[in-house]
Amino acid sequence: MKASAFSYARATSVANALDLLAAHGDSAKVLSGGQSLMPAMNLRLINPELLVDIGDLAELRGIVLRGDVLRIGALTRHVDLLQSPEIAAHAPLLTEAIGHVAHPAIRNRGTIGGSLAHADPASELPACMLALKATIIVRGQPGERRIAAGDFFTGIYETALSPQELLVAVEVPVARKDSTHFFHEFARRHGDYAIVGAAAQAVVRDGVFADLRIAFFAVGDRPLLAKVAARLVDVAITPVILAEASAALGEELDPQEDQQASAAMRRHLAGVLLVRGVSALLGRPDLSGAPA
Amino acid sequence: MTTAATHSERLSVLDRPNSYIGKTVPRPNIERLVQGRGLYVSDMVLPRMVQVVYLRSPHAHARIIEIDTVAAKQVPGVIAVVTGKELSAVITPWVGVLSHMKGLKSAPQHAIAIDHVCWQGEAVAAIVATSRAVAEDAAELVAVEYEELEAVTDMRTALDPGTPVIHASLGDNLAFERHLDAGAVDQAFAGSDEVVEADFVFGRHTGVTLEPRAVVADWSAAEARLTIYQGTQAPHMVQNIAALHLGLQDSQVRVVCKDVGGSFGIKVHVYADEMATYALSKLLRRPVKYVADRVESFNTDIHARDHLCRGRIGVKRDGTITAFEIDDLTGIGPYSMYPRTSAIEANQVVNLVGGPYVAKNYRARTRVVFQNKNVMCQYRGVGHPVACSVTEGLVDLAAAKIGMDPVEIRRRNLVPDDAYPCASPSGLKFELLSHHAALNRLMAMMDYDGLRAEQAALRKKNIHRGIGIASFIEITNPSAAFYGVGGARISSQDGVAVRMDATGAAICQTSITEQGQGSESLTAQIVGSVLGVPMERVRVILGDTDNTPYGGGTWASRGAGIGGEAALQAAKALRSNILDVAAAILQSTPAELDIVNNAIVNAGDGSTRIELSELARIVYFRPDTLPPGIQPELMATRHFVPRDYPFAFTNGIQASWLEVDTDTGFVKLLKHWVVEDCGTIINPQLVDEQIRGGVVQGLGAALFEKCIYDERGQLTNANMADYLVPMSGEMPDIDIGHVVSPTAETELGAKGAGEAGTAGAAAAVANAVNDALRPFGATITEIPLTPQTILTALRRI
Ligand SMILES: Cc1cc2nc3c(=O)[nH]c(=O)nc-3n(C[C@H](O)[C@H](O)[C@H](O)COP(=O)(O)OP(=O)(O)OC[C@H]3O[C@@H](n4cnc5c(N)ncnc54)[C@H](O)[C@@H]3O)c2cc1C
Repeated sequence: MKASAFSYARATSVANALDLLAAHGDSAKVLSGGQSLMPAMNLRLINPELLVDIGDLAELRGIVLRGDVLRIGALTRHVDLLQSPEIAAHAPLLTEAIGHVAHPAIRNRGTIGGSLAHADPASELPACMLALKATIIVRGQPGERRIAAGDFFTGIYETALSPQELLVAVEVPVARKDSTHFFHEFARRHGDYAIVGAAAQAVVRDGVFADLRIAFFAVGDRPLLAKVAARLVDVAITPVILAEASAALGEELDPQEDQQASAAMRRHLAGVLLVRGVSALLGRPDLSGAPA
Repeated sequence: MTTAATHSERLSVLDRPNSYIGKTVPRPNIERLVQGRGLYVSDMVLPRMVQVVYLRSPHAHARIIEIDTVAAKQVPGVIAVVTGKELSAVITPWVGVLSHMKGLKSAPQHAIAIDHVCWQGEAVAAIVATSRAVAEDAAELVAVEYEELEAVTDMRTALDPGTPVIHASLGDNLAFERHLDAGAVDQAFAGSDEVVEADFVFGRHTGVTLEPRAVVADWSAAEARLTIYQGTQAPHMVQNIAALHLGLQDSQVRVVCKDVGGSFGIKVHVYADEMATYALSKLLRRPVKYVADRVESFNTDIHARDHLCRGRIGVKRDGTITAFEIDDLTGIGPYSMYPRTSAIEANQVVNLVGGPYVAKNYRARTRVVFQNKNVMCQYRGVGHPVACSVTEGLVDLAAAKIGMDPVEIRRRNLVPDDAYPCASPSGLKFELLSHHAALNRLMAMMDYDGLRAEQAALRKKNIHRGIGIASFIEITNPSAAFYGVGGARISSQDGVAVRMDATGAAICQTSITEQGQGSESLTAQIVGSVLGVPMERVRVILGDTDNTPYGGGTWASRGAGIGGEAALQAAKALRSNILDVAAAILQSTPAELDIVNNAIVNAGDGSTRIELSELARIVYFRPDTLPPGIQPELMATRHFVPRDYPFAFTNGIQASWLEVDTDTGFVKLLKHWVVEDCGTIINPQLVDEQIRGGVVQGLGAALFEKCIYDERGQLTNANMADYLVPMSGEMPDIDIGHVVSPTAETELGAKGAGEAGTAGAAAAVANAVNDALRPFGATITEIPLTPQTILTALRRI
């Protein structure tokens, strides 16, 4: 399969990129790492008339620590996240999650901006953004918008970005000293998109959650921050409480059925993940023997 | 010239000085390939070459009402848009039947469908253009009007009176049926203490070669000759088929096949789109290239397996297996594939079930039906994984029923190692197998008792591991019994020509082909060893019908056993010729001389008499100095085909050790073992690689791979994201051991090893999963074993 003919422009600045997007509207597409866009074009699932390549825009690259916020440029590649000492120190959830994204060759090119803009509901990074309470920064000709991760993802491959806007960076609050995290996904093969996955960030004091944010992915049309987490905060967790939370989680979810799993299986696996996640976050293996 | 003396007493290839037999030596082609100097058809460019793209039917079953090509023809860069009707002026249709598959029927198949499309993906028009991208643009403009017909997709109802008949001329959807009844099956079941029955389900899957099918066809009107560059396993077969249907003599077709990016049986057939490409070149009088893209590969490369097989086994309380019975059903798509037919896999299942065991009572039925899905045919292991999974699954179920260890029941029933020669109930003739030696070797390698203890200890911690064992037999080195007797012009013999050049180096032309198995390496190893020259001095030429002897190629685990023996005999003949000349030059006798390390030496003390390069110089440039009457013949050709046994059977046993997460249904493969007996081992590394690769393909079938069709006959996962091939991350370490029982039919003694891994891997995994699930009372006889299947069996969802 070959892509149909298209024009190509290598943007020289963010302003230049925004001009091109404004001029061409829906018929233009931003090209970042190309790892999702190019396969779709080769399969002729999409036929943009113009590609705006942002690969040269150094201002969109890089990871900086500013006070208690980590700013990650949109062009930061998956491999850069994986290897970054700042990320490992201040957002270790991302370091762990990124190892589950695709394979090394794809991580060498795929970018965080591309992944978030693409908004595949089975993708790891969007869920991490929810768990980490990240802010997504987009720029259009009228100016910059700061969008909470929870408001950014609006559906399958749909986000709050307009075709005239560029995702420029994400800001992630630095992990507190007493915080802990959990990441796990069920995928048929390492590197595949998950059947169900969970990314969690928590604060645990004296064996009790002071805060718990657990985001599930591949269980609906967008990543979902589980409401049941609230039931587990400030209580001494027993297998019974956890089993109830796991059952309640099933009701929160509206998972799709596909070739890998029925909706029932996804609900079941999400429940297993909740139990295993809580058990890992609290360091209590006894809890994971609990019926899921 | 004195030719009386043969030198066979010193020519045992196995124990000559400097022999390469039994040694791991690097493949001679490895550097060329890793340096990117391979000659893959996909990369080929010829002057005036154009690209063809096939527009393919979106419907599984439809009538073509009209094809409008006007708009497509106007796209700049388009050379031609050709329909099936137009192409039929150049190429005739074919019917994929063989006379020894009694009753097998199929309908005429055209290179491009003319008015009836029978599967989603069948070509309906060819778009030829200066580039593939342009052809794809134009393909979007070809308007085809279809009248959709009801698709026959479910093999279980394909024969029902209410189901439409796909090819009216055939009367029904039954392609082939075979019954077998050996011994006294009913009596045996009646006399059994337990009879166990199960339905085994095998998913459709395919070979997924790294390089897709690729062909460049180049018709030279001036020579009236077609050159076909194609990644194929059987160049002479392609030559014959292309000539036959284009109205040419074989001599007007040359097939060149250099490097091939994987074949696995996918590339041993002749596909409609390849035939269309040959025809287009003839029609357009210029080189035409066709390279399948990945989506096309999934929709048109042959699929395999897709069997539903009900199996029954009878057993006595002491573990004696009394009888096997199977009722097998398989759906092969709308046509029997050409020219090897699509009845072979089902036929093999009937032949192979129960094969490793002594039980003489065996009844089988198989039915092969047409359906509106992609064609099915022979893929690595043909029938073996199905037969092995059914047999070994039944044996484990029987053992569980009578409370016997799975190893113990096999010990009591495997054909004893001293019982050969003997025959199976289905009439397979076994020369010499080693089931018990292999089982003993396996037990030691895997520490079976230790693993059982570990399994018991872990169960207490809610960790569920399983051990699965699978004995198997493998058909290798097929004689003419496979295809030739059925009227197919598919050669079962192979030829090798070896000559010595003017510097004393050897050049060897062989009719077997190389797609990664190591044909080049094993040929060089044999020729070098027998001739007495280092491998670096042996150049192997293969894959060119103009430049190799006539032969079958590389498929059905035949390259080493048949092509290797031809190489041995040719090298032996050349060696004899060289020694005759040497004796004349040295005023000695051939019996007193030997060839070692590029030189003629005294057989007695090994001292050098004359370098081969010097002998070659004399032969080629100073023949005037040779004694009168001597005409050196520094080239020898030998052919070989097995005659004593229709097939050289091999055997082996596999074991799997895995863990099932009973909360999630995920299976983690922890370890896999294979003990295999392929007779003489020419290159241990090549054999082990073949077995490992085969095991991985079997593990793919066991856990991952399936072509998923919907009820309308649409293949819904025709891409690498949704069709799951096994990947290294999920593969266990695979330990390999050997037992060596050479075949006495050849001097080399080699049997095949290419399909052994695929034959038993899925059976071992399925048995291991069921072993792990035994405490839960769940049994699964369906592959792939997906998490969804396992959770369902555990009643967790
Ligand atoms: C085999 C394979 C396996 C994969 N497995 C996974 C996996 O397990 N998990 C996972 O999360 N991903 C996976 N991916 C996808 C990979 O992570 C992609 O890299 C990522 O989703 C997109 O990033 P990209 O930089 O390649 O974006 P591109 O492909 O360049 O773009 C993707 C989309 O985002 C838009 N876009 C890109 N950057 C911006 C921007 N700055 N502003 C506005 N719009 C923008 C593009 O216009 C396009 O629509 C896989 C990909 C492949 C090929």
